[in-house]
Amino acid sequence: MRIELAPRTQVSPWGRALAPVAALIVSFAIAGLVIWLMGRSPIAAFQVYIVDPLMDPWSLREIAMKATPLVIIAIGLSYCFRANLWNIGAEGQFIVGAIFGSGLALAVHGSGAGIWVLPAMLILAMIGGALYGAIPAFLRLRFGVNEILTSLFLVYVAQLLLDYLVRGPWRDPMGFNFPQSVVFDAAATLPAIAGMGRVHIGVIFALIAVAVTMIVLGRTLFGYRLRVSGDAPRAARFAGFSQARTIVTVFCISGGLAGLAGMIEVSGVLRQLQPSISPGYGFTAIIVAFLGRLNPIGILIAGLIMALILIGGENAQIILRLPLDLALAFQGLVLLCVLSADALVTNRLRIVRVRA
Amino acid sequence: MTTFEAILFTVVMASTPLLIAAIGELVAERAGVLNLGVEGMMAMGAVSAFVGAFLFQSTWIGIGFGMLAGGLMAALFAVAVLGFAANQVGAGLALTILGLGLSGVIGAPFVGERLPTTPRLEIPYLSDLPILGSALFSQDIFVYLSLLLVAGVAWFLMGTRAGLRLRSVGENHGSAHSLGLPVLKVRFMAVVFGGLCAGLAGAYLSLVYTRFWAPNMTAGRGWIAVALVVFAAWRPGWALVGAYIFGTATVLQLHAQAAQFGLPSQFLSAVPYLATIIALVILSARRGSSGVGAPGSLGQPFVPDR
Repeated sequence: MRIELAPRTQVSPWGRALAPVAALIVSFAIAGLVIWLMGRSPIAAFQVYIVDPLMDPWSLREIAMKATPLVIIAIGLSYCFRANLWNIGAEGQFIVGAIFGSGLALAVHGSGAGIWVLPAMLILAMIGGALYGAIPAFLRLRFGVNEILTSLFLVYVAQLLLDYLVRGPWRDPMGFNFPQSVVFDAAATLPAIAGMGRVHIGVIFALIAVAVTMIVLGRTLFGYRLRVSGDAPRAARFAGFSQARTIVTVFCISGGLAGLAGMIEVSGVLRQLQPSISPGYGFTAIIVAFLGRLNPIGILIAGLIMALILIGGENAQIILRLPLDLALAFQGLVLLCVLSADALVTNRLRIVRVRA
Repeated sequence: MTTFEAILFTVVMASTPLLIAAIGELVAERAGVLNLGVEGMMAMGAVSAFVGAFLFQSTWIGIGFGMLAGGLMAALFAVAVLGFAANQVGAGLALTILGLGLSGVIGAPFVGERLPTTPRLEIPYLSDLPILGSALFSQDIFVYLSLLLVAGVAWFLMGTRAGLRLRSVGENHGSAHSLGLPVLKVRFMAVVFGGLCAGLAGAYLSLVYTRFWAPNMTAGRGWIAVALVVFAAWRPGWALVGAYIFGTATVLQLHAQAAQFGLPSQFLSAVPYLATIIALVILSARRGSSGVGAPGSLGQPFVPDR
């Protein structure tokens, strides 16, 4: 007896919606098994990773703040992935965006500049991220270079650029030689939402990105073109949709949103530049985009789930002494399961009897 | 040993892991499977090899552990992309994230430990040759293995019936299937071979190159190996050339940092990545966007539609 895949003639909408849920459950089961093998109680781990953060108001606010960059980046990535383009360098676009915006914050530092600074920083960050994201798009269009590899290598370059800036020209001269910039002025800091503790207004940007994307995908010609080029590239070509324009546009959108997320994180949470400003948000966002099935609402939910696991991972490190990398391994596991579950939605398993 | 000989020696050391990983990925891609998880498999190879060698005080057991870990990771990937026909780019990325995370979990208790030096294998007479002698012929076992691997894979792909089958599966899986070739089985073996190589490359890093284990010690080498396959236009001989060019770039960059030319060290550290991008641009521009050399079915999932 042998098990084979065969394409389904009809794909059920229920299957599509439930596949990520099933994948998540399978991932939890495997992770529980691993934790049990490590000699800890899976039930205690579930409690620490999932249940406790949801019960504690402080943790809930931290989840909202961690989900913000994840959702904004993943929304941007969903444009690329829908068009079947692989931008895996959002981490680099996040960093370059933060560098562009912070440049302004540092230039006007101590000058008493007014409320125009913050919007200008956010716009600069989007421009910076979009330009950095445009590099792989340009190289692919002009020279036919694979965008996966170029976008990834540019992440390392961006990390080194940031490292150079905070250790060199942008280092705080009064900072006891620590590799970090000055702390931003109040005018360059994202304000907190009243009554919500540390939660800053960046959270609202994430919700705006979700809402705008719902409208763009559902109601505009661009959104329609994007869906067609992803689902049926041949049809898109016959319809005369310009592939070159699509490539540049989606890379600029996803780069711009990643840059915006970088600025929001630096201006709202860190309030200064440091050698490392992201615990891999750009990569986790790829998982968020797929777990959310590239759908804006799905991405919002997936972003919250991933943020929950990241916060739970920090708690587990303290309480259960489980290494932080376990949360990273779990992310990889989730993506593997989500992609496999996707395949089961479009294909069915068939049991073939083999006669000897 | 003169300075020049010492530099050549380190060039060989820096190139060897890239070469081993690239050859493995080349075989997988020739069979039509794009595995972007090389970085993750290498990370798992590095940590498992270190743990094996440290616990059993044996380099050989370390090598075995490293290859086993790489092979198991590859098998996991194969289950997703062959068994479930999952998207190869996404699954490869997942494998990298999983491998980096899991290697951190496994290696955490071993941070700060060191291994004794691995014995070198002096080839009599040849190692006394001037200039190239010591760089090429008094290296460790991995270096010779990597060169044998290139020759073996080149012979296998171009000179044997099984190699021809593997290439036809990668070139057009539909036709290969109609001819009765077991597409998924061939691909599974090619992917696992890639994983064994990536594991071996990782083992080289932790057993020979550094002799300790640190989180993220692969530092993008897995990705460079993937780029090397494109650079080599899927030909083993060119993978050898490419790996040694990049190994040289890495070593020269380190020497430039030590010599303090006044350039910030971060700029020099970025050189290997920028050089990879530039190399890809030059090669892609020369070959045109049609992607000459790439196996026809590369990256496409295979589901028999009968």
